[in-house]
Amino acid sequence: MTPTRLTRRGLLQASTATAATLAAPSILRAADPIKMAAILDQSGGLELLGRPMLTATEMAVAEINDAGGLLGRPIELIAYDPQTTIQFYTQFATQAAAGDRVDVVHAGITSASREAIRPVLNRFQTLYFYNTLYEGGVCDYNNFCTGSTPAQTVEKLVPYAMNKWGKKVYIIAADYNYGHITADWVQKYVRDNGGESVEVEFFPLDVTNFGPTIKKIQTAKPDFVMSALVGAAHISFYRQYGAAGVNKEIPLASTTFTLGGEHKLVSAEEGNGMIVSFAYFEEIDTPANKKFVEDLRAFSSEDINYISETTARSYEGVYLWAQAVEKAGTTDRAAVIEALRSPVSFEGPSGTVTIEPKTNHLVQNVAIAELQDQVLNVLETFEAQPPADTLLVCDLDADPSQSTFFFENGLAAAGIE
Amino acid sequence: MDLFLALVLQIVYGISNLALIGLGLAIIFGMMRVINLAHGEFLMLGGYTVIVATNNGVNIWVAMLVCAPLVVGLIGVIVERVLIRFLYGRMIDTLLATWGLSLFLIGLVTTIFGPQTTTTISPPIGAIQIGEYGTSGYEMFLIVMTLLAIGGVYAVLRFTKLGLLARGTMQRADMAAALGVSTPRIYMLTFGFGSAMAGLAGGLLAPITGVVPTIGAIYIAKAFITVISGGAAILAGTLSAATLLGSVNGIIAWATGPTLGEVALLLTAVILIRLMPQGITGRFFRKSL
Amino acid sequence: MRRAENTRLWLLAALALAFMFGAPEVLQLFTIINLTTAIALALLALSLGLIWGYGGILCFGQTAFFGLGAYTYAIWAQNFGETTGGVIAAVLIGAAFAGALGYFVFYGRVSDVYLGAITLVVTLVFFNLIRRTSGPEYKIGDALLGGFNGTAAPPLTLPWDPSAILFPNQVFYVAMGTLILCYFGCVWLTRTHFGRVCASIRENETRAELLGYDARLYKLGLFAVGGGLAGLAGVLMANGVGRVTPDLFNLGYAAQAIIWVIVGGRGTLIGPILAAFGLFYLTAWLGQQGTLDLNMVLGIVLILFVLLLPRGVVPAAMELGSARIGRTRGLKRARRNGRRRRATLEPAE
Repeated sequence: MTPTRLTRRGLLQASTATAATLAAPSILRAADPIKMAAILDQSGGLELLGRPMLTATEMAVAEINDAGGLLGRPIELIAYDPQTTIQFYTQFATQAAAGDRVDVVHAGITSASREAIRPVLNRFQTLYFYNTLYEGGVCDYNNFCTGSTPAQTVEKLVPYAMNKWGKKVYIIAADYNYGHITADWVQKYVRDNGGESVEVEFFPLDVTNFGPTIKKIQTAKPDFVMSALVGAAHISFYRQYGAAGVNKEIPLASTTFTLGGEHKLVSAEEGNGMIVSFAYFEEIDTPANKKFVEDLRAFSSEDINYISETTARSYEGVYLWAQAVEKAGTTDRAAVIEALRSPVSFEGPSGTVTIEPKTNHLVQNVAIAELQDQVLNVLETFEAQPPADTLLVCDLDADPSQSTFFFENGLAAAGIE
Repeated sequence: MDLFLALVLQIVYGISNLALIGLGLAIIFGMMRVINLAHGEFLMLGGYTVIVATNNGVNIWVAMLVCAPLVVGLIGVIVERVLIRFLYGRMIDTLLATWGLSLFLIGLVTTIFGPQTTTTISPPIGAIQIGEYGTSGYEMFLIVMTLLAIGGVYAVLRFTKLGLLARGTMQRADMAAALGVSTPRIYMLTFGFGSAMAGLAGGLLAPITGVVPTIGAIYIAKAFITVISGGAAILAGTLSAATLLGSVNGIIAWATGPTLGEVALLLTAVILIRLMPQGITGRFFRKSL
Repeated sequence: MRRAENTRLWLLAALALAFMFGAPEVLQLFTIINLTTAIALALLALSLGLIWGYGGILCFGQTAFFGLGAYTYAIWAQNFGETTGGVIAAVLIGAAFAGALGYFVFYGRVSDVYLGAITLVVTLVFFNLIRRTSGPEYKIGDALLGGFNGTAAPPLTLPWDPSAILFPNQVFYVAMGTLILCYFGCVWLTRTHFGRVCASIRENETRAELLGYDARLYKLGLFAVGGGLAGLAGVLMANGVGRVTPDLFNLGYAAQAIIWVIVGGRGTLIGPILAAFGLFYLTAWLGQQGTLDLNMVLGIVLILFVLLLPRGVVPAAMELGSARIGRTRGLKRARRNGRRRRATLEPAE
C-alpha cells in the first residue's frame, strides 16, 4: 500500500503519470525524490473545486520535473482523496506527514479541513500550503495561505457595486465560518462606504429552495444583493432568482460565484450583469495566462469547465514552494520557510504574487469582472494588494511561534470594528 | 395583500413540492410495502434524462413529460427484476438493498457524467408579477403538474383494469394468483409505475434545482418522512402529510430562515409518528386510496 | 456449545490483547493514530450491533448519540482542561438521551421502519442544528461550537493528573482497551437474564409480553446502553480525528453504521466490529487509489450482502466452520438440529 504514484483516476491517468515520470531526464530517476502530498477532495461534494485543483498541482509538478526537477531531484506527488470528509483529512495528513514523511503538503478546500489538518502538520513539523481563497485570519508560521482574502476582494467589490447600483445591500451567505466572516467583512465595508446592510441571511450548504428568501429580498427592496453562497446546492438560488425575474431589478454581486464554474451551469440570462471579484480569471488577457490555460486544458484528462482562482493558485502555490526550495538549496523545513519569507515571488498566470512575511499570505493582484453571456469581462484590476485583514491581527516577524486562526470567533472578537 | 398572496403561493408551492417528490415513493411503499431509498436517485436520473435529451435536441416539454418518466420507469422495471423481486416481504432488507442501490447510482452517475452537470436548462416559463412581487411562473406550473399527477395516479388505480388488479394483488397476492392474475408482472409494473412518477418529478424539478449526482440526498429524507408520516393510504396520506409538513416548513422558514424551517418540519414529523405510529392515514381517511 | 464458545472468547481476548500491546511495537505512528479512529468506528458498530442484533431495535440514527458524545467530550475538555469528567459526561449524556428518546418511542409503541424513520430524523435534526452554530454567539462556556467547521477536541489526559496529556500511542492503548472491555461487557450482557429477555422480545414481542415481561422497559434499557456505548465511541472518535464536526451526525456515518452491522452479521457482536475495521481500510484505500468511485463500491457491497449473504460474514463463516467440524465427527444429526435451532433464533424482521 505504499503510494508511489502521481495520479488518482483510472488507468488512463496512471499511464500518463508514469509517462511523465519516465519523460524526466534519467539522472532524476536515480536521485532520491522530493516528496509532496496533495490532499484535495476528488469526490463527496467538493470535487467541483478539488478536481481541477489537483490537475493544476499535477501539471506544475510535471513541468518542474520535465525541466530537471528541484535541486537535481524529481518531485514525487502523492495524492489523497479525502472524500469531503474531515476524518479523512486528518487521517491522510497524519499519513503524509508521519508515514510518507513528505516535504510539503498542499491541501484543503474548506476552512474546516484546513483547521483540522493545521495542528496535525504543526505537530509533525511539515510545511503546509493552503491554496484556497478564504475568510482571512490564519496566523501560522508553518502555514502559507495563498488564496485571496476579504480585504483583497470584498473591499474592492463592495464600493464598486455601491457606486454602480446604490447603497442598500442585502447580504446572503453560506452558513459556516467562511460565510459568517465574509458577511462580517461585507457589513464592515458597506458601513465604511456610507451604505446600509438591510439584512444578513445564512443558508446551510444543502438548501435548494430559496423561494421564501427571494420574496423577502423583494420586500426589502435593496439596491443589490451581495452573495457569498457556496457549493452545488446553492446554484439553485441563482436559477430561482432568475426564474422569478428579480435579477433584472435587483442585481447581484459575489465573491464566490464562478469559483467552481457555476456561471457555466446557469443560463446566460440568469447570470448576466452579475459582478464578481477574484485574484484570477480565466479570461485575463496576458501571454502567460493564455499559455497556462492552453496547457492545463491539454494536460487535463477531463473537461475543465472553468479555470478559476483556486485552480490557478494551486499551480502557483507549487511554484512558490519550488522557488523557495531552490533558493534555500535544501528541503529542510526551517530553511524553506526562511526562504519563502525572504520573500519569494513568482510570475504566474494571475500576475506577480509575492509572499507577505508578516502573515505568510500573498501580495497579489485582484480584479473585478462582469458576467455577460457566461463570459467574465474584467472591468478593473488592482495590482499588488496586501492581505490587509490578516495584517491587522497578525505579525509573524514579531512572534514566529504563533499558530492561531484569529477570526474564528468573528471579527468583533478579533477587535475589528 | 400582495405579500400575503405571494406568501400563500409560496407555501402551496412548498406543499406541492413535497407531494411531488413523495408520490413515487408512496406508490411503491403504499402498494408494495417496499421502501425505496434509491428514490432520490430516481429523481436524479429523471433530471439527467431531461438534460441529456434536451442536449440532443429533444423539445424540453417532451423531455420532461415523456422521456424522464419513460426512462426512469424502465430503469425501475429492471431494478425490480434484478433486485427487488428477491426481497418481497423483507421490508428491512429492501430498505438496505435500495440504500446500496442509491450509493451505487450516485457513484455510477458521477463516473459517467462527472461531478457536475455540464449544461444548463432554464425553466421554460418566465416570471409573473403579483402586484409588486415577481414570482416564478414555472413554480405555478409545478403546482398544477402536481395536482395533475395525483389525479392521474388516482384515475389509474381507481378506474383502470390494471389499477384494480394491482390493488387486489397488493391486498391478497395468493388470492389474486389463484384467480389467474400474474402477480410477478403486477409487482413489476407497479414498481415501474412508481419509478416513472419519480422520474417525472425529477425531470420537472431539474430546471429549478439543477442536477448533480448527489442531489438525491436532498430529496430522500423529505420524501421518506412525508410518506412515512402519511401512512399506508397512498394519495390521501401523501397529500395530508405534505400539507401539514409543507405548511409548517413554509411558515417557519419565512419567519426565521431555512434551517429552522427544516428542523420544524423534522420535529413535526417526529411528533406525528409518535402520536400516530401508523401515519396519518393509520387513523384518519383509512378507507381512502 | 457453550464451552466451544467460551474457548473462542478466550482466544479472541488473547488475540485482542496481543494486538493491543504488539501493534505499537511493530506499526508506524501514523497507522497507530489512524487505528484510533477505526477503533472508534468499531465501537459505534458494536453499539448498533448490540441493540439491533440482540434487541431488534432498528436504529438509523445511532450517530445521534455518537455525535453527542463527541461534542460533550470536546466542550468539557475545552472548558475544564481535563477529560476524565468529559468521558463520563459523554457516556451519561449518550445514555440519557437514548433513554429519553427510547421512552418517547417505545412507550408510544413505535416499531420497525417507523422507529428507523424517527431515529434518522433525530440525527438529521442534530446535524441541521449544530451546523447553524457558526458565529461567536454560539458558545458553551469557553468552547465555541463553530458550526460547519466544528470545534477542536483536545487529547485525553490522565485522570489523576490533568496536565499530563496522553501521546497518540497512549491514546491507542486506551482506545483498544476500551473496545475490548466494551466487547466483553456486551457479551456478558447478552448472557444475563436481561440480555436473554431482550433476545426473546426480539424474537416475538407479543409472546414475551404474555410471559409477563414489559417489553418497553427492556427495550428502553438496552437502547440506553447502546446510546452510552455510542457516546463513548464519540469520545474515541474526537481523539482520533482531533476535531469534532457536524459530519458526525450526518447521513454518511448513519448509513455506514448500518452497513457494518449488515456485513458483519446481525446477532453477533464481533461481526460488526470486524466489518467496521475492514470497511474503514477499504474506504481509506479507495481514497488513495481514486480509481473506483467510493459510493459505487459501498453500494455494490451492500447490495451483494443483502442478496447473497443477508446474515453477514461472521454467522455464515461460523456455520461453515461448525459444519466442517460436524462432518469430520459424523454428527450430522446434531448439526441439523443445531441449524434448525439457530434458524429459529434468526432476528425477526
